[in-house]
Amino acid sequence: MEALIGALTIFVLAVFVGYEIITKVPPTLHTPLMSGSNAISGITIIGAILCAGAGGEGNFFSALLGFLALVMAMVNIVGGFLVTDRMLHMFKKKKD
Amino acid sequence: MEWINLAYLVASILFIYGLKGLGSPKTAVRGNRLGAVGMLVAVVATLVNKDVLSFGWIIAGMVVGGAIGAYIARTIKMTAMPEMVALLNGFGGAASMLVALSQFIITPAVFRNPTWLAALMLSALIGAVTLTGSLVAWAKLQGFAEKALKIPHQNLLRVVLSFVTVALAGLFIWQGHGFMLLLLTVSALALGVLLVIAIGGADMPVVIALLNSYSGIAAAATGFVLMNNGLIISGSLVGASGIILSKIMCKAMNRSLRSVLFGGAMVSDEQMASIPGKEFYEGKVKSCGAEEVAMLLEDARKVVIAPGYGLAVAQAQHVTQELARTLEARGAEVKFAIHPVAGRMPGHMNVLLAEAEVPYDKLIEMDAINPEFSQTDVTLVLGANDVTNPAARDDPSSPIFGMPILEVDKSKTVIVIKRSLSPGFAGIPNQLFINDNSLMLYGDAKAVLQDLIRALQEL
Repeated sequence: MEALIGALTIFVLAVFVGYEIITKVPPTLHTPLMSGSNAISGITIIGAILCAGAGGEGNFFSALLGFLALVMAMVNIVGGFLVTDRMLHMFKKKKD
Repeated sequence: MEWINLAYLVASILFIYGLKGLGSPKTAVRGNRLGAVGMLVAVVATLVNKDVLSFGWIIAGMVVGGAIGAYIARTIKMTAMPEMVALLNGFGGAASMLVALSQFIITPAVFRNPTWLAALMLSALIGAVTLTGSLVAWAKLQGFAEKALKIPHQNLLRVVLSFVTVALAGLFIWQGHGFMLLLLTVSALALGVLLVIAIGGADMPVVIALLNSYSGIAAAATGFVLMNNGLIISGSLVGASGIILSKIMCKAMNRSLRSVLFGGAMVSDEQMASIPGKEFYEGKVKSCGAEEVAMLLEDARKVVIAPGYGLAVAQAQHVTQELARTLEARGAEVKFAIHPVAGRMPGHMNVLLAEAEVPYDKLIEMDAINPEFSQTDVTLVLGANDVTNPAARDDPSSPIFGMPILEVDKSKTVIVIKRSLSPGFAGIPNQLFINDNSLMLYGDAKAVLQDLIRALQEL
């Protein structure tokens, strides 16, 4: 129970932090914000790694599900960060 | 075990700084890279953790997923960003769902207490809804099902399926059977389809933002399953981001989140029946050719361009910038008026115009540009429709009354570049097109603008 309340505390505080930072992002950057935050939501990869690498604790199915989760999360992370980078370079002021 | 949480803390700090960097175009590239470094820290810390025993599946998954991600990111067209983000949202949700299912298999029965089961249930449920919801959104953006699809009794179906899902969720937490988890996941997958399929193409900015939020919340729920602070913090950051964006989008359309999600089309059938059809425009619309517009533009001191989804469809962002440069070379001041819901996702127009190298300080937000229209000589409306309809401001009987608009009608002359007089997403005629100071220039945006540039050069 104590661990749960600790985790809930962190969750709620992080939502507040997120709210404060993201309200300050100007509309011009909303698309990169979405693709960039999308890449961050690929953090589930931590869970996927633990599932796919559980070894003897899991079975074939748990490893397979973990593998699929890893592929998905990896597409999310690599695709998200790279496309955001590509987009943001376009926003940089070009020198005439 | 403690040092790994320290690594997750470092990753979380990097994510927060990264998102903060996205607050300004000057710091955004660095911000995004900080986020990527944060992700690297989290992944490496997890890999060297003693809980990871075999690496075969992990390496394979990373190579396959990384290659696919890199390929999509490099080849995707900027006009297709809404599709890409929709797809990525879905993948994020799918990952959380799959992790939940896998964790259920891995975790021995003695450790499955009700709170853990509840977190696992949420992770699978939200992940599944995000997955299928995003796939439907993606299909809609691809043009497979532009309009709000009507399934018979869809609201009843949604209510029933929601109850079934909640009941299954309750049963799963109570008894902890794997079979219940499977049923729950299947019913959540169906629910995701039903929730999004009835939403029209114009509401896509809200839906994509919302699904973005869900993918974050699903990750946070996975964090509760694993009791992992890194996941909880990052997930809730993304969750908050998506919620804020959906709120902004709803406000820009003067709609509540509830009416977007459950209201179906923007204009109800009864309202539709009282809306005039083609006779609305009969004999009142003035059209013109490129040469005429070129002459108007030649004398213009101040020109505003109001782009919409049509600009993305016609891939006309580069030629638009070419026109802007041509006008500037002739001494005119050119600005771009950006409505918050122009396009199919938040900030869609900004990205397209940035691709065409329009400096970002020329992209002016709605509230800032509206007072300037009265001093504008010519406004070019490029593939935007409902967001310029003066009826939303003047006609209380209009179905879109109250929606904030770009007040393009206040400029001296309005040139509307459009293929035909077909209605926009709201399905209603546009008052702007019959105004005395409006001129229609029919055709594909790209072709019309090329003609216009040529005509300007020949003057």
